[in-house]
Amino acid sequence: MSNIGSYEERTQYFNWDIAKDILDWKEGELLNIGAICSDRICNRGDGKKTALIWEGFGDKSARYTFDDLRVYSNGFAKFLSEQGIEPGDRVCLFMDKIPSLYFSFLGVLKMGAIAQPLFSAFGDESLEVRLASAGTRAIFTTRKHVRKVRKIKDRLPNLEKIIVVEGNPDKLKEGEIFFDVENSPRVEEFDVYHSSPETPSVLHYTSGTTGQPKGALHVHNSIWGQALTTSWVLDLKDDDIYWCTADPGWVTGTSYGIIGPWALGATQCVLDSGFTSSRWYKFIQDNRITVWYSAPTAIRALMKDGNELVGDFDLSSLRNLASVGEPLNAEAVIWSGEVFDGLQFHDTFWQTETGAMMITNYPGMEIRPGSMGKPFPGIKAAVLDLDTHEPIDEAGKVGLIAFRPGWPSMFRQYWKQPDTYRSKFVGASENAMPDELRTNPDLWYVSGDRASIDKDGYYWFVGRDDDVINTGGHLVGPFEIESALVEHEAIAEAAAVGKPDKVNMEVVKAFVTLKPGFEPSDDLELDIMNFIRKRLSPLAMPQEIEYRDKLPKTRSGKIVRRYLRAIEWGEDVGDMSSLSDE
Amino acid sequence: MEQMKETVLEYIVDEYLDEDDEDEVFYDSPLISSGIVDSFSMVSLKRFIENKYSIKLPDEEATPEAFDTVNSICKLVNKHLG
Repeated sequence: MSNIGSYEERTQYFNWDIAKDILDWKEGELLNIGAICSDRICNRGDGKKTALIWEGFGDKSARYTFDDLRVYSNGFAKFLSEQGIEPGDRVCLFMDKIPSLYFSFLGVLKMGAIAQPLFSAFGDESLEVRLASAGTRAIFTTRKHVRKVRKIKDRLPNLEKIIVVEGNPDKLKEGEIFFDVENSPRVEEFDVYHSSPETPSVLHYTSGTTGQPKGALHVHNSIWGQALTTSWVLDLKDDDIYWCTADPGWVTGTSYGIIGPWALGATQCVLDSGFTSSRWYKFIQDNRITVWYSAPTAIRALMKDGNELVGDFDLSSLRNLASVGEPLNAEAVIWSGEVFDGLQFHDTFWQTETGAMMITNYPGMEIRPGSMGKPFPGIKAAVLDLDTHEPIDEAGKVGLIAFRPGWPSMFRQYWKQPDTYRSKFVGASENAMPDELRTNPDLWYVSGDRASIDKDGYYWFVGRDDDVINTGGHLVGPFEIESALVEHEAIAEAAAVGKPDKVNMEVVKAFVTLKPGFEPSDDLELDIMNFIRKRLSPLAMPQEIEYRDKLPKTRSGKIVRRYLRAIEWGEDVGDMSSLSDE
Repeated sequence: MEQMKETVLEYIVDEYLDEDDEDEVFYDSPLISSGIVDSFSMVSLKRFIENKYSIKLPDEEATPEAFDTVNSICKLVNKHLG
């Protein structure tokens, strides 16, 4: 029997307090994500239960109990307090998926600060933009990544504390602090910050079409959405061994790689190693993983390596598979059923802003390969007409995916950008502030994605409603790439769009014009690719660069990305009468 | 073959490691599985090799396994050099 049981009954008799019942949480208890995921599990008698099974590259491995989680997160919390970090301060976590990343995340929350996890593959420019935006006061990082922080720290006046959590302390530069929690005195007691439901918890940066990335701010109350969806969709039970493959630098890695599973007291696995199919299968086999939450890009990469390889491993422990990040194509769903003994991946749809799953496939419900599934109980979803923004009743008609505000894990603001936040709501009054918007049940929060609904209520993803590039399940903003491209000495103008890719759904393609004195060449293309990889991230690196004499522009001089994108996707370019003849 | 290995190794050290990196990379050091080169960055490494040796490596053969060491990369390149 699955945790959700009947989807229809759950939908009919739903309220969010069910999440509190599942955790046996009573009104008046401490509502702090850091404590709920560690102290509370120990208090209920599960301190000795394994919380984290970690493997790194080579033979590195470690196991930690919930009591370890409690003590090490206390250690980070105490350390930050002693460094003068205050509740509400932003503390960046910039490291690979090492155990200290998980301990520090909980520690930051325990002392009332806001955790700002960032993908460790970000280059120094991507890092700087996000730290400057958030006014980050402290950063936890590693020997490997502190170099990027050194390059930018002089331009970040708010960044007071640079803390390296592993490696050789003798290699630190002046002003840097070393803190290795596992080799520091154990901190058995810490007075956890008494957060309210609306106390900020996590700040995740996400990309948009225009401007630099925006910080989506979440609060401690989000835990109810994350815990309940983990229970009902991922179907985690006490004896499960769970693996979420996402990096906590992205929202999946915190919502479902930390908060959801540990709120329930589940044992989870982390593999901090580069991707190869055989390594992943071996990890599942060796750890007897039962529930696996991954991404379409990874699933398609596994498919590419063939069915024969799967047979080399004993994957019989698996019992529930789910996927997130981008639409999971029907072929991948069918393939998983064939190679994993009838188990099909359950696609789940949500985004950084929603904080938790919104439209998903459920255990026990018929999977229609290629469909996103149905709205989570308690979520009021619709697709809105592209012009009128009224909900569409007609089956199969494409519109904008939208949700009525008010679910617990909804983002509370874009960091210091109230106008941008307001622009995400249909029906908002001109001066409405974030608190009014997120609680007004008459508005629609518009996700930025398009879909249709079939006659049985299943949602079917169509595509983005903007120019944001979804590559390997990560959103990359074209503006950020274009801004970096024109910093290259050879480039005069640039446009970045997504182009189709069999594994990553989309990859970045750049169109550029060159400055006088530069000629197109393969070597220049490679130089530009590496320039972006190092400045921004490997995700943002164009995998193809097309040289042009000029770029398509409107008469007012704005580059028309949609024209270039349409050509890449073989779509109708639409009305181009507004293009300049220049 | 030795010259090719040296060229590829030098490129990897220059492009994917920092100057003061303590990690040493050898011909048989894991690149992809160790995280030195991630799957997205593999595209630029592949492009370098294609440019350098004027070959085209088919996507189905340019797998993380095939790109996991300098030795395995050079084996793949040699196959396509005929």
